[in-house]
Amino acid sequence: MILEAHNLTFYYRNRKKNPIIDSFELTIPPGERVGLKGPSGRGKTTLCRLLAGYERPKQGQVLLDGKPVGEYRGACPVQMVWQHPETVVDPLLKLKETMAEAGGIDKRLVEKLHIEREWMERYPSELSGGELQRFCLARALRPETKILLCDEITAMLDLVTQAQIWEFLLEESRRREMGMLVVSHSEALLEKVCTRIITLD
Amino acid sequence: MKNMTQTETNQRRRTVFFLIVAVMILAAVTAAGILTEGCAVETDFSRRNLSPSLQHLFGTDWMGRDMLARTLSGLSLSIRIGILTAAVSAAAALLLGTASVVLGRKADAVISWCIDLVMGIPHILLVMLISLACGRGFTGVVAGVALSHWPSLARVIRGELIQLRQAPYILVAERMGVSKLQNVRRHMLPHLLPQFLTGLILLFPHAILHESSVTFLGFGLSSEQPAIGVILSESMQYLTTGKWWLALFPGLALVLVVALFALLGERVRRLLDPSSAHE
Amino acid sequence: MEPILQIEHLSVYFTQYEHGPRSSAFQKRQLAAVKDLSLEITPGQIVAVVGASGSGKSLLAHSILGILPYNSHMEGKIRYNGETLTEKKARKLRGKEIFLIPQGVTYLDPLMKVGAQLRKGKKDPETKRRCRSALERYGLGADVEELYPFELSGGMARRVLIASAVTEKPRLIIADEPTPGLDARSAKRILSHFRELADEGAGILFITHDLELALSIADEVAVFYAGETIEKAKAEDFGKPENLRHPYTRALWYAMPEHGFRAVGGLQPYAGDDRKGCPYAGQCTACREDCRTEGQIPLVEYRGGEVRCLHPDEMR
Repeated sequence: MILEAHNLTFYYRNRKKNPIIDSFELTIPPGERVGLKGPSGRGKTTLCRLLAGYERPKQGQVLLDGKPVGEYRGACPVQMVWQHPETVVDPLLKLKETMAEAGGIDKRLVEKLHIEREWMERYPSELSGGELQRFCLARALRPETKILLCDEITAMLDLVTQAQIWEFLLEESRRREMGMLVVSHSEALLEKVCTRIITLD
Repeated sequence: MKNMTQTETNQRRRTVFFLIVAVMILAAVTAAGILTEGCAVETDFSRRNLSPSLQHLFGTDWMGRDMLARTLSGLSLSIRIGILTAAVSAAAALLLGTASVVLGRKADAVISWCIDLVMGIPHILLVMLISLACGRGFTGVVAGVALSHWPSLARVIRGELIQLRQAPYILVAERMGVSKLQNVRRHMLPHLLPQFLTGLILLFPHAILHESSVTFLGFGLSSEQPAIGVILSESMQYLTTGKWWLALFPGLALVLVVALFALLGERVRRLLDPSSAHE
Repeated sequence: MEPILQIEHLSVYFTQYEHGPRSSAFQKRQLAAVKDLSLEITPGQIVAVVGASGSGKSLLAHSILGILPYNSHMEGKIRYNGETLTEKKARKLRGKEIFLIPQGVTYLDPLMKVGAQLRKGKKDPETKRRCRSALERYGLGADVEELYPFELSGGMARRVLIASAVTEKPRLIIADEPTPGLDARSAKRILSHFRELADEGAGILFITHDLELALSIADEVAVFYAGETIEKAKAEDFGKPENLRHPYTRALWYAMPEHGFRAVGGLQPYAGDDRKGCPYAGQCTACREDCRTEGQIPLVEYRGGEVRCLHPDEMR
């Protein structure tokens, strides 16, 4: 599937003169990994939220195979992974239940992401950020997912975990012909991971 | 990770112990009141106006009725009304709060307006009006108290839900294909439980006090029923003649029951509030 | 030079009620989030503590300032200027000699103008002058004094927080993840201000998850792993992997995108987990029998730094 953003514009209420995103164009064909860099406060996270359908653009549209991304019912083929994994899992549910809600978890992913069986019985507060981020990736990489948006997903993790996660994601993207948008402030990381880098400013 | 010794007392153990004892006391009072209802209305003019003694611990009134039995059945009636009220209020609050979030902006505006409207009228006045309109008596009081106490809880629930709706884990679940109602049930209601439970328990003392005061003022239960409000209002005319026991014991008992409920609510809050949950 | 801050064998424990399948919800347990941490900062020095999120490094800042959460307690000693730093003393020195530069900008009072916050209620011309010059130093004009915190951008708010430290004469600055979400260039610009403050004689404790950022500014780096400091090294030691002492630190070096982006298998354990011996045993390629059977591995001096490893030369 191809993800396209046309003339994408977004501003908060009453801030029409200072749009966060202004007439942005982007196309992510299958298998391409687009790196996105830019100084802080330029709306990188907002862009990801727009592309994943969390937010509705004020102008322009986000199309997935020609259909607006907000119109997909059920699990969306565009999934976003967030910078802080502890905010995106329900703190009162065991990981087992959170994963069940996302349609169960693939055995292959469990193995590749080094997720241990025993963690499924734990609550989010009993896992480290790196461990939780593995769950979030496993949840986002359900079979329907065709485009993955990664918003600084390893910025809060240590370098070893970062390298592990990207090694896995590269393999996964090649295997599934999955398009990706990679947001990071580390140029070295983007150069290692992406097929193309764009700058937001 | 080191487990502490099993026998050590901690906040959770103490609270649960207190909870069990308090609920048992309240249940015992309710049951005793139902059992003594017969004695409470039994008149015997040979034992009129006796002051407290071993035989009649709370004394008797001008018709020779045992005040202990009357107090117990009065409290029992109050507690039952309280439970009914709390149940109705809780259901209404939960339903409206949820509807406010699920049905969209317009529904929310209407519901918020209703909440503000009901909250704007003094409780006691509203209880009296509804009770009168429903023909007083048991139905009148229950309707009055139940229909006036839901807004505070509904407002709390609505506020919490609206905040929760923006929580990232709920947004993510939505994009994973979880429906709105399922989201409310699975991810929002469990988070509401602490506020809901505490609010619910703290409704009791309010409901009981309002029931008694409305009855005391003559807009509630009829005078044949052994309600605390009735007992207190009747005793007023005998107080000046030195029959202090007619008002003192029933009044004290009412205060104790209300305090017990309030304490219960406070304990439950401390247990569930994250800022003190691990004390 | 006399150290301004000495931390000796600090451990921080959390007391929580259990939940989960293993035990009843009425039992309390203790989790060690920080284990046996020792650290020294002399005036003019920047010491970085680097660890992954959830490795317990923020608790270090909180224990120095005496603001640990209610269900935790610490063991060990913290000395400030040679004297034991009690909670009471920490509270007295906070905002006078010891400053916290926090992670969030929510520490600014949203209802107070910036200038008023920096002056802390004082109105004499001397305070005004110092406040003005503190802001100027970080490229903030006089107009900023009249702004409310919500009118500041993220970078400006952070500079205001630093400025609030230099209106007084800071002796110890604790920066807890002071540049989250800032791009590398802005982060380095903010950090260069720390260098200036250190050169003026302050000791700085810089807590971060970002090793590369830490290396760009710190003199000394303590590496945190699952609640333990596994190595203390000079920043220069990170120039070559052979100079590093602990297998994990070396793995960190090789995992940097510019040094090969190589991953080792396995996971960093959760700080509260029950375990014996070396926390890194599960990921270490040079792990031996005795690494798993011993108690906590001691931190020993080794080749000009310190390391918590029984066989530090195994991997070289």
